[in-house]
Amino acid sequence: MPSIRMKAAASGDTTEVQALVQHPMDSGFVKDASGNLIPPHHIETLVFQHNGKTVFTALWGPAVSKDPYLKFSFKGAAKGDALTATWIDNLGKTDTATAKIA
Amino acid sequence: MSFESTASLEATRRTALRLLAGLGLYGISMPAFADAVPGWPADAFKAKTADEALVALYGKKFEMSDKVSIDGPDIAENGGVVPISVDTKLPNVTSISILVAENPNALASSYKLGEGANPAVGCRLKMAKTTKVIAVVESDGKLYAASRDVKVTLGGCGG
Amino acid sequence: MQARRREFLAAVAAALATGPFAHTARAQSAKSGAADIYALPRHGNARVLHITDTHAQLLPVRFREPSVNLGIGAALGKTPHVVGDAFLKHFGISAHTPLAHAFTCLDFETASRQYGRLGGYAHIATLVNRLRSEAGAANTVLLDGGDTWQGSWVAHASKGEAMVEICNLLGVDAMTSHFEMTYGAEQFRANLAKFKGSYVAQNVFATDEAALNGTEMFDEESGRVFRPYVIKEVGGRRLAVIGQCFPYIPIAHPRRFVPDWTFGIRDSDMQKVVNQARSQDKADAVVVLSHNGMDVDLKLASRVTGIDVILGGHTHDAVPQPVAVKNAGGTTLVANAGSNGKFLGVLDLDIGIGKLNDVRYTLLPVFADLLPEDAAMAAKIAELRAPHTKFLDEKLATAGEVLYRRGNFAGTLDHVICEALTKELDAEIAISPGFRWGTSLLPGEAVTMDALTTSTAITYPDVYVQEMTGDTIKTVLEDVCDNLFNPDPYVQQGGDMVRTGGMDFTCTPNNTMGNRISDMTLFNGTKIEAGKTYKVAGWASVTLEQGKTPVWETVAKHLRSVGTVKTARPSRVTLKGVDGNPGIMS
Repeated sequence: MPSIRMKAAASGDTTEVQALVQHPMDSGFVKDASGNLIPPHHIETLVFQHNGKTVFTALWGPAVSKDPYLKFSFKGAAKGDALTATWIDNLGKTDTATAKIA
Repeated sequence: MSFESTASLEATRRTALRLLAGLGLYGISMPAFADAVPGWPADAFKAKTADEALVALYGKKFEMSDKVSIDGPDIAENGGVVPISVDTKLPNVTSISILVAENPNALASSYKLGEGANPAVGCRLKMAKTTKVIAVVESDGKLYAASRDVKVTLGGCGG
Repeated sequence: MQARRREFLAAVAAALATGPFAHTARAQSAKSGAADIYALPRHGNARVLHITDTHAQLLPVRFREPSVNLGIGAALGKTPHVVGDAFLKHFGISAHTPLAHAFTCLDFETASRQYGRLGGYAHIATLVNRLRSEAGAANTVLLDGGDTWQGSWVAHASKGEAMVEICNLLGVDAMTSHFEMTYGAEQFRANLAKFKGSYVAQNVFATDEAALNGTEMFDEESGRVFRPYVIKEVGGRRLAVIGQCFPYIPIAHPRRFVPDWTFGIRDSDMQKVVNQARSQDKADAVVVLSHNGMDVDLKLASRVTGIDVILGGHTHDAVPQPVAVKNAGGTTLVANAGSNGKFLGVLDLDIGIGKLNDVRYTLLPVFADLLPEDAAMAAKIAELRAPHTKFLDEKLATAGEVLYRRGNFAGTLDHVICEALTKELDAEIAISPGFRWGTSLLPGEAVTMDALTTSTAITYPDVYVQEMTGDTIKTVLEDVCDNLFNPDPYVQQGGDMVRTGGMDFTCTPNNTMGNRISDMTLFNGTKIEAGKTYKVAGWASVTLEQGKTPVWETVAKHLRSVGTVKTARPSRVTLKGVDGNPGIMS
């Protein structure tokens, strides 16, 4: 299962982007069933690129919800263009996905 | 809708860095791109209060502005998943940050806007209890803010 | 019966002479002279009938209106926060009359024996049919504000479906919802598919996540899950009926029932919908069918323009006359039509082209003794109850006092539930939700399984026992108290205060969040300490998994053992700072 689900739709000059990432986003403040703190495990950076340019960067702390959702929009893309999203978390794990702008 | 994944969740940090470098994100082999990619501001995310976090993140003060709007629920349906969106009419916006005043660490998320990005963002944040949520917008190098209250309740006993 | 009926009619005639029903009395003196509370003079060209919060009470009920319904902050002493004699004075209703009985708890036992039960769908149907035929079917719509498909065993056992049949037979044209959704989204949709009227809700949206995953929506552009409004042709004019669902379904109830939907009051969306109804759909008049609760509706009416009337429910306030609220665009009337089938709201409108010329509102009590049963509805009710009568007719005990729930703080029925929880589950403390539904019984009447489930039938009914610190108990009480007494109605949820057993406390409603609850003590007089752990029993948890022991089983077991029901030691709540508040009877 890819961790990123992304939808990008162009209307005129503006492309609306929505992304859902599967990630525990453990805050480090929550205890497990046996009472031990679950260590922090969260995405730190999620970057969106279009035509080699970074259009939007999310910097996330542990207060971002589990399986995070993000919505933004940008100008300058056309239908059919590729939009790439890449994240890296505090443990060094990462994933990337590319969506075709609809 | 279309999407494809090119790497698994279990990638190692080495793979990650190579991947990001390949995308021009981390300037390991391409120093020219280094400035375009902000590092993760650990000090700001570790700060306790909103003021401390903003000092760590921007090193400057903000003023309240009615040109910044922050939207969210009056009462959170789930304190673990509170939809917050920020929008602004201000020009030349380079970043938007969202802080949850009553959380153990106030800074929840910060967004860097690249060229062409519209100055608006929607995301989901955790809130431990009833709190003020603050949106800070960086426009022409200055900081403008708006806030709203979100009530977090244990729930139940309705009707 | 005939003598009693004559006496009743005379009392009705006396009650109608003044106050909110004066127009019905005037109409009657022009006719035969026989008092007929239901003989409404025709007024205008459109009749809107409104019923709400019947909680699936198929048969006539006794329902004691509250003796405590405090208004805090700006709501102090204002509608609907007046009770008892203050209520009669506020609305100009004479004491010791059938109307005084319908609208207040004064002399409840005596008056209830004298005037009998109210409501019951067979009696409601007779009244609806009469009012509809008098105005003409083409000039009448029947609106249902929700909390209709839950509250009785027949509704519960059929997951709401039995009530869809009742609503279809009654001829409900449009409805919105609250507890209807606690059967889960899938069952709710299945019930809606069988409902012949229109379901409307402007404030239910797909979560962005669910939308991204392709959840079913009314329209993807707005993200609305349901149709926000319908246009009804009434009296030759276009009436927009906008739905406002209970805004806090996933907060007041387990989130799992409606995981893909998000709610809220959303008054800016309401404004857009009103504007759209008026400009695009050429509505001549706009009515909002709301399950917000009266205080929320009053605030909404001050902020949104272009609504003619809000027909409200949820808070179960039986309000004889609507409140006129001024806003930037004019005036909006805010009504609330009580609960449990006791009342039918009649909104007679004179609608012109593009504007409302005149309004007359009457909240009619449905006295079962004054209205014969509608045969078709009575037969349908009998058919729906038949498979359950053996279970429902079990006599568990006899009422030893008036048993009731409604009120900001615990009623006698809540004490019974809490006593059952502490005893049966061997707990020091019990907590029970402050639901506003649940009917009343008089001393000497049988406490049947029917009566018990009428006060407990929900889809997350399991009992539980938890270890809680004194600090946690205080947090729970403070949290619910703020949902009731926060001066801003938009952050109230409309339930009454959580009920307790095994402990007493002091409540200061005018204080701020976290500072209202004090002096928590156990029944043995020892102080509840913040750091100490207590065994607490409860039911209706919004987080715990279900499927073990529903509360009615636990309470039934207790009732079978007591014979006569009268709580020996009810929990005491000492109220501070409410002297002179007309929302509490002295």
